[in-house]
Amino acid sequence: MSPQPASPASLAVAGAKAPVAVESSPAQYLTFLLGGEMFAVGILNIKEIIEYGSVTEIPMVPPFIRGVINLRGAVVPVIDLASRFGGKRSEISRRTCIVIIELAENDERQDIGVVVDAVSEVLEIPASEIEPPPSFGARIRADFIKGMGKVNGKFVILLEVDKVLSVDEIASLSQLAGDGADGNTGGAPSA
Amino acid sequence: MDELKQVFLQESSEQLDALESLLLELENQPDDATTLNGIFRAAHTIKGAAGMVECAAVESFAHVVENVLDRLRNHEIEVSTTLAALMLRCTDHLRVLVANEAGAAPMSDDEITAQGALLLEQLAGYSPGGPVSAQPAGGDAGVERITAGGSTHNCWHISVRFGPDVLRQGMDPENFLRFLETVGDIRHLETLTDAMPAAAEMDPELCYLGFEIALESSADKQAIEDVFAFVRDECRLAILPPDSKVTDYLDLIRNLPEDTLRLGEILVQVGALTADELADGLRAQSAPADQAEPEPRPIGEILITQQVVQPELVVAAVAKQAQVTEKKAQDAKLIRVPADKLDHLINLVGELVIAGAATSLLAHTRRDGELIESSSLLTRLVEEIRDASLQLRTVQIGETFNRFHRLVRDACKDLGKDVQLVINGGETELDKSIVEKIGDPLMHLVRNSLDHGIEAPAVREAAGKPAQGTLFLNAFHDAGNIVIEVGDDGAGLNRDRILAKAVERGLVDAEAHLSDREVFDLIFAPGLSTAEQVTNLSGRGVGMDVVRRNLQALRGTINVDSQPGQGTRLTLRLPLTLAIIDGFLVVSGNRSYVIPLDAVVECIERPESEHERNYFNLRGQVLPAVCLREIFSLPGERPARESVVVVQYAGQRAGIVVDRLAGELQAVIKPLGAIFRHLQGIGGSTILGSGEVALILDISALIKLSGQAEQRLLARPEQRSA
Repeated sequence: MSPQPASPASLAVAGAKAPVAVESSPAQYLTFLLGGEMFAVGILNIKEIIEYGSVTEIPMVPPFIRGVINLRGAVVPVIDLASRFGGKRSEISRRTCIVIIELAENDERQDIGVVVDAVSEVLEIPASEIEPPPSFGARIRADFIKGMGKVNGKFVILLEVDKVLSVDEIASLSQLAGDGADGNTGGAPSA
Repeated sequence: MDELKQVFLQESSEQLDALESLLLELENQPDDATTLNGIFRAAHTIKGAAGMVECAAVESFAHVVENVLDRLRNHEIEVSTTLAALMLRCTDHLRVLVANEAGAAPMSDDEITAQGALLLEQLAGYSPGGPVSAQPAGGDAGVERITAGGSTHNCWHISVRFGPDVLRQGMDPENFLRFLETVGDIRHLETLTDAMPAAAEMDPELCYLGFEIALESSADKQAIEDVFAFVRDECRLAILPPDSKVTDYLDLIRNLPEDTLRLGEILVQVGALTADELADGLRAQSAPADQAEPEPRPIGEILITQQVVQPELVVAAVAKQAQVTEKKAQDAKLIRVPADKLDHLINLVGELVIAGAATSLLAHTRRDGELIESSSLLTRLVEEIRDASLQLRTVQIGETFNRFHRLVRDACKDLGKDVQLVINGGETELDKSIVEKIGDPLMHLVRNSLDHGIEAPAVREAAGKPAQGTLFLNAFHDAGNIVIEVGDDGAGLNRDRILAKAVERGLVDAEAHLSDREVFDLIFAPGLSTAEQVTNLSGRGVGMDVVRRNLQALRGTINVDSQPGQGTRLTLRLPLTLAIIDGFLVVSGNRSYVIPLDAVVECIERPESEHERNYFNLRGQVLPAVCLREIFSLPGERPARESVVVVQYAGQRAGIVVDRLAGELQAVIKPLGAIFRHLQGIGGSTILGSGEVALILDISALIKLSGQAEQRLLARPEQRSA
């Protein structure tokens, strides 16, 4: 978790009509939709939410890396979460967003964008309402799940962003993809 | 204090570098007074700075070194090879001591102490009257004397009477004296306790002290005065420059509250005046007054008519002071700036370049003549700002080159060779971040040349060459690159031996016919650095493959050129900066890519060919080509007409097939980040005027990648139809 709380001003929402809480506390989560399912990420890691657009594809990387975007002069990689969880890539729609998440790994701060189908809202989930992740059955790697939040009687998967977006893991996965690339098998699947 | 210490660590390492190079110079020209003075100054600065940050170990050792240097400077002892070598070892020891302060000493405390003791013992042979120690205090009541040895000639004279409230304000006179030692050497100090009342009346919170100080220093008056800046308003301070006229001293005496004669005596003791001068001066001054002349003749005139002060001396003193001030002024022209501030500036300028490109793109699409004109003016200014700010980061390479004097000298002693280091183009400037990273590869190349390249004197003479070998380091600018050459006039590379070894290691086929260049390039192959080559000097872990990899990380190249019996020359090409490159924009499958412009040779239309193979006929030569569309699996149909960008890298030509060419641009390099660190064929990214991110191609990796892909394809023939 990033020790740096996101300032309210940096939490700008474009494209989606999600209400965003002004103050930030550790128990607040941004919920979003991915393939019809609800997920949540701790709000402290989130820098901003932007509309999906002008992603430059990177050749010879695993399909879950969608490419890079220009975020006000910085080049930020964009990860397709659905594909990262082992599914198909997200279909781009009018409500597709990129959530910019700030990670602190190995003393370096890195911004990573994740593609989500739609952002919903910021919820306050008290610790008492969070269940430990199931050992199996979630169809997502267990270490990606931080816990199961109970919201209106339904479960929301709270994501462990440090694991989901582990720079080291993604880097070694792209190395494998790069080594296996011979122009036909690796790289981005043809659109 | 920590910050001060940081500055000290950095400055002292610079001073030590200077000291070392000056000492090496001294070895060649033992009589050069300028060099000697420079050496003395460097040692002195280190000592002063160490005192300021309370690094006692450094300070005391530097003090002993300085004493010997002082004798050297005064021609009391002669420069000899042994002394110079000893001094160099002392420099090394100082370096260790400084490193120890930084907590990064290469050896244990005990070893340092032992080494220091050994050196001190050797230095004692050159010190005035053996080990230096403070002489016993003088016998005068109420006056304490400290004599640090040496003459008090050429000393500044400082009279200071601390105000009574100084202690109350939290100032301790002792601190000022300590601080004064950072400016120069206190040669003599007299404490005046005359103002001190009887014990019963004394207020312990008041300060009654005054000092008469003889200070040897190369600082100017302002610097000395600054020492007392905090108490300037509280105390009476008089500073007399070295070789001041006697009259000035007399004026001083008269202006101070203490008894004139007593002060005079003290001045004599301090060494500012001789007893005769004082007596004559005072007598001459009072004599006319006795005769009741209306205007007593100024003492200066009297003294000059009496020729106490020699005009030449005054002139000399003035000239000396002018020199000091001049040097100060030059120093003041340099500003130390933290590197991250510069980096931030360069980043901002990069943003500015991108934003400017966007504006001019907009102006052109709007077809607004006035806007186009003003944006082109803006573009020009932005380019100037970019160039100027990149200049800020550049440093001369000479400093890096000069480090090798020592290396060459020591290596010669170790190897029994005689090598002269010739440096050309030391004033060539390049980016500091590159300079920092080029040091180790250069060091390796120089060591290699010394160890393997240049032969022993006997061998050289037998070959009809001068016994003294030459190692040269050249630097110059060439077409947006900086070129560094490391060469020697040694034996040259042994083609057969390299080839034999490469065959032995399976790097090349025994049957292969290789050109000289291809053979020489084999020395960069990993695993070729062989065990029998390892000596104390080279082969210490870093092979030539590492050198090449380091250079490639800096987007540089290295080439080797060798003539048997004539010598070897390694040519390093490096970009001027790591932040911005000139690029050539190409489009393939609707995506933009940037090819570094310095790699581009020409652009041609893709020639008609009946076959699907990736090579073309370029004016009779075979040109292998990489098709971006294929290697990056880009979507979309192949356009009817494709273009080929002919690139040259490391002496090899290749074509890159793209959909269309989009012209030159300035690309501000944006790293892709840790996620893509293993990505091959892509060197980075840049942001185009439209806001789109374009990938910068890494030509050499791309060509290699293409070769690998083809080999893999050939190994699995069933996929060829895919």
